[in-house]
Amino acid sequence: MDQLLQQLINGLAWGAIYALIALGYTMVYGVLRLINFAHGDVYMVGAMMAYYLAHWLGFAVAPSTIGFVIVLTSSMLICGALGALIELVAYRPLRNRPRMSMLITAIGVSMLLEFGGQRVFGPDPKFFPQLIESRSLFKAGAVVLTNIDLLVICVSLFLMVVLRFIVLRTKIGLAVRAVSFSFETSSLMGINVNTVISVTFVIGSALAAAAGAMVGLRNPKIEPLMGVLPGVKAFVAAVLGGIGNFPGAVVGGLVMGVTETLVAAYFSSTYRDAVAFVILIVVLLVRPAGLFGKVTVEKV
Amino acid sequence: MELLKRNAVPLLLVAAQWPVGWLLSQTVNSYYLQIIVYIGINAMLAVSLNLINGITGQFSLGHAGFMAVGAYVSAACSLFLVNGWPAALALPAILLAGGLAAALAGLVVGLPTLRLRGDYLAITTLGFGEIIRVVILNTAAVGGARGLGGMPPLSDFASVYACTIVCVLVIWRLVHSPLGKAFTAVREDEIAAAAMGIDTTRYKITAFVLGAFWAGVAGALFAHFIGYIHTNSFTFLKSVEVVVMVVLGGMGSISGAIIAAAVLTVLTEALRFLADYRMIIYSVLLIVMMLTRPGGLLGRHEITQWRFWSSRTAR
Repeated sequence: MDQLLQQLINGLAWGAIYALIALGYTMVYGVLRLINFAHGDVYMVGAMMAYYLAHWLGFAVAPSTIGFVIVLTSSMLICGALGALIELVAYRPLRNRPRMSMLITAIGVSMLLEFGGQRVFGPDPKFFPQLIESRSLFKAGAVVLTNIDLLVICVSLFLMVVLRFIVLRTKIGLAVRAVSFSFETSSLMGINVNTVISVTFVIGSALAAAAGAMVGLRNPKIEPLMGVLPGVKAFVAAVLGGIGNFPGAVVGGLVMGVTETLVAAYFSSTYRDAVAFVILIVVLLVRPAGLFGKVTVEKV
Repeated sequence: MELLKRNAVPLLLVAAQWPVGWLLSQTVNSYYLQIIVYIGINAMLAVSLNLINGITGQFSLGHAGFMAVGAYVSAACSLFLVNGWPAALALPAILLAGGLAAALAGLVVGLPTLRLRGDYLAITTLGFGEIIRVVILNTAAVGGARGLGGMPPLSDFASVYACTIVCVLVIWRLVHSPLGKAFTAVREDEIAAAAMGIDTTRYKITAFVLGAFWAGVAGALFAHFIGYIHTNSFTFLKSVEVVVMVVLGGMGSISGAIIAAAVLTVLTEALRFLADYRMIIYSVLLIVMMLTRPGGLLGRHEITQWRFWSSRTAR
């Protein structure tokens, strides 16, 4: 029982990370109908930026909550800019071409970030500084809730609430929803589609960067290829929740994290990474639209 | 007689393996011969991926995974099952075993995924490629992380050459048959194809399974050429390499895929000193190709087409 509770806590923390990444996939898919392969690598860049910022700004030696907040927000800003840049250079010129072209450039960008990252950051794993000292907040029997776990879950929740506010209560959020609904019609209605798509990439990439910076606190080993598997898993989470659906991405991420941790704990940790794949196959077979997605018929 | 006449070119090409092989064994050293064999294996991979990505318009990113299935299954076969058979029997047996195993894996991956829109396939096959690696790494029976060695050197220049010709021939004929027209229709417009009565899912799966089959055969040849296999030869990078070959040669052009496979294989060897930058070059190549010449070098043309020689701009 204790072990189960402990695994649930770990699973929720991982799930929150996946949910943050999945939101970016879902947002971009909503407006562009593109699987942004580079998204998992933006998450890696987020972790790397947080690492370098923590060292340059001196927070690595003097841990503090303020330091963490500064590192997190600046990493989010940098990656937001990176996301907008990727969209501008690699996706925008191809918008009217067959979708396959954009998919191939997305793979190209993803590889460029991974292997360019190996050149720039070095291929060896780095150890993320302890920006916040880990201590247990709550202990019951063998169950330990650390402040890091709580922080990851709370910051993720906070960011999701902010995102929900932006999407549902602001003008730009309304525009994002309109573009997701119909690309052509919204541009006829005077919405600047380019701006909306840029904003989508900025928000999605910033969320991925936040996930990257927080993962550094829980699993301090970061390296240039760390984004590949979480990227695939977050995509599976987005499909599980129904791609294009925001609450679906969050639920999908949490389910993904918890299932994966439970499988690793009770079966075999080697099959941890296979879980995502099995979930994807099952979802595609049973309910391709995902848990919350609507079944849409493609029209001419 | 008619049959012989119609298949004259391929038969001549296959028969050419003995004089060509003899000539090569007399003139070039084993290092160059190895590169030539790799060109053949890569050409098989590129042409079979081209059937999926270029001709049917789906997007698979897991060709190395199918190659790995073919390599490991055939290696296990030759080590445990057909051990001691004469080479003339053992070689077809292991090639078939590798190919069929990969085709089966393709069916398992393709069946749920290909019912949906194309871009799901990309991420599913990407996931499949990684999972198959994890599974092999954790299977002690096929060596796990130590790799698998000791296979008899069943494949050599002649068999790789013959298989490449057969693979190209099969896919060439397929593309120019009614079935191939259906593949192309699915690529051009899935909805219109379905409206014309084409069972799009069935054709997509057919193309995917066939592509996987030939990737498996290529893997089997590879395994029995070098005699030792490790999952490191079948990573995501290998899949990307094949994708780059297809994109570079022209999505939908069989001859383009072969040329690109040859060029990239030679370049990889010639530019060994740039090995650290290889993947960066590949990724930039993919992006730049898509932005500037999305059709690839040959577009959808074949070098055998008169149109190709007379007018470069003809589309």
